[in-house]
Amino acid sequence: MHSRYIKLRRQLTDYFFTGLAAGLSVVVVGTLIAIFAYLVIKGAGSLNWSFLTQTPKPVGEPGGGMANALLGSVMILGIASAVGVPIGIGAGVYLAEYGRNRLGKLVRFTADVLNGVPSIVVGLVAYGLVVIQQKHFSAFAGGVALAIMMIPTVTRTTEEMLLLVPQTVREAAFGLGIPQWRTTVSITLATARSGIITGVMLAFARVAGETAPLLFTAFGNQFWSFSANQPIAALPLQIFTYAISPFDEWHRQAWAGALMLVMLIVGTTTLVRFVFMRRMPGGAQ
Amino acid sequence: MATAVEVRDLKAYFGKTEALHGINISIEATHATAVIGPSGCGKSTFIRCLNRMHETNPEARAQGEVKIGGADIYSMPAVDVRRKVGMVFQKPNPFPSMSIYDNVAAGLKLNGTRNRHTLDEAVERSLQQAAIWDEVKDVLKKKSGASLSGGQQQRLCIARALAVNPEVLLMDEPASALDPISTAKIEDLIFELKQKLTIVIVTHNMQQASRVAEFTGFFLMGHLVEFDRTEKIFTNPSDKRTEDYITGRFG
Repeated sequence: MHSRYIKLRRQLTDYFFTGLAAGLSVVVVGTLIAIFAYLVIKGAGSLNWSFLTQTPKPVGEPGGGMANALLGSVMILGIASAVGVPIGIGAGVYLAEYGRNRLGKLVRFTADVLNGVPSIVVGLVAYGLVVIQQKHFSAFAGGVALAIMMIPTVTRTTEEMLLLVPQTVREAAFGLGIPQWRTTVSITLATARSGIITGVMLAFARVAGETAPLLFTAFGNQFWSFSANQPIAALPLQIFTYAISPFDEWHRQAWAGALMLVMLIVGTTTLVRFVFMRRMPGGAQ
Repeated sequence: MATAVEVRDLKAYFGKTEALHGINISIEATHATAVIGPSGCGKSTFIRCLNRMHETNPEARAQGEVKIGGADIYSMPAVDVRRKVGMVFQKPNPFPSMSIYDNVAAGLKLNGTRNRHTLDEAVERSLQQAAIWDEVKDVLKKKSGASLSGGQQQRLCIARALAVNPEVLLMDEPASALDPISTAKIEDLIFELKQKLTIVIVTHNMQQASRVAEFTGFFLMGHLVEFDRTEKIFTNPSDKRTEDYITGRFG
């Protein structure tokens, strides 16, 4: 009798917690689906060919699009990744492979603090570092601002992922007479590759939607610009400008812009994963 | 008989602790030498000094003379030493991101060998020497080294070490994580391999030492207590402490 009661209680507890865990995962996935669905409902109607190919039209004129902002975002994010990812991965490698000293502690601490600096402040710093020197706003300045925001995330995830690679793997490489730098590049980094890519993509996705650091760096404009040295439009800036405007047509376009921004992030993340992950030999975890 | 490894007054340190107190030993070429002793006696530290793996621990350093093929390994670059003196570890440690082929080729490839033909040849030769060729030859580039069973992984690691053509192969309890059948395969392998190269094997298993090795050294608390032919060590040791250990009175 007693043991049957215990058994029942254990079973109920098991059901309860399994159900709770399942329910909470539904909340996580559901939030994402809800955001995406809402964007599609509000924005898909305005997402058409001219939206993707034209620059903004003056108020009152129908049509027009965010093509220049899309290009601007791609350029700024490209610059940010080109600057931020190598620095971040390099610093992460240093921390994981050589950083068991005071400099390592300092870099780790600095990265964590940098991670917590508000994005508007990062924008100000990029303004001081780049815009004031150049004496004008530019896509490059926007890229630098976003790069500064990417670096701590990339650094810390790279470090964490490299530390997850068992020491025995490094020993195996040293035991073959492979120099340390070669071991790091071809074996340790390769082993931690998927985790590092996830970290890079997290950093990318985070800064892709940043508006504040671009306000006084990339600045935004309403025309085509192909130069990294000129002020340039960006999707978040354009969404911001349109969303706070009093015009219904601009509101609709802001929704379409938001949908496009999310698709840009999802698309890039998927593409990068596809390109970098498929060359794993079969049977690996 | 020729001496492959000549060790004179070798001392090893972790920080300020001396872990080896002046080891002297001559290891015969193309024979297997077993290193036995209780946990913490310095046997792993000892073999890790023979290919300068000891110093990959930032706290650690070594002192004394180790000559391999007549050349002092502490006066040449560590990476050159490790190409001459291969190592197999306690737990199988294939490179998880690499295929079986790339695992075996890694030592050559990452040290600059690019020639396809050379690599193909070395991979096949090494896998055959490690008695695993027949099991993996159809999936060389398709399967990751990590997808093999534990015993296969260890033989893969042996093949990987053999691919760079070492003169000496150090084995640090190579079978302690394996089941009896895989262990028997590794022991058979040691028999084959010592025809061509010198093997130094650390083992906790005294039967294993007596099966595979012509010579055995008994370590205790950082000292080499006794070093002799294996049958002498196991049947008629000259030191009381060796006798106590092999008869199971401690350790």
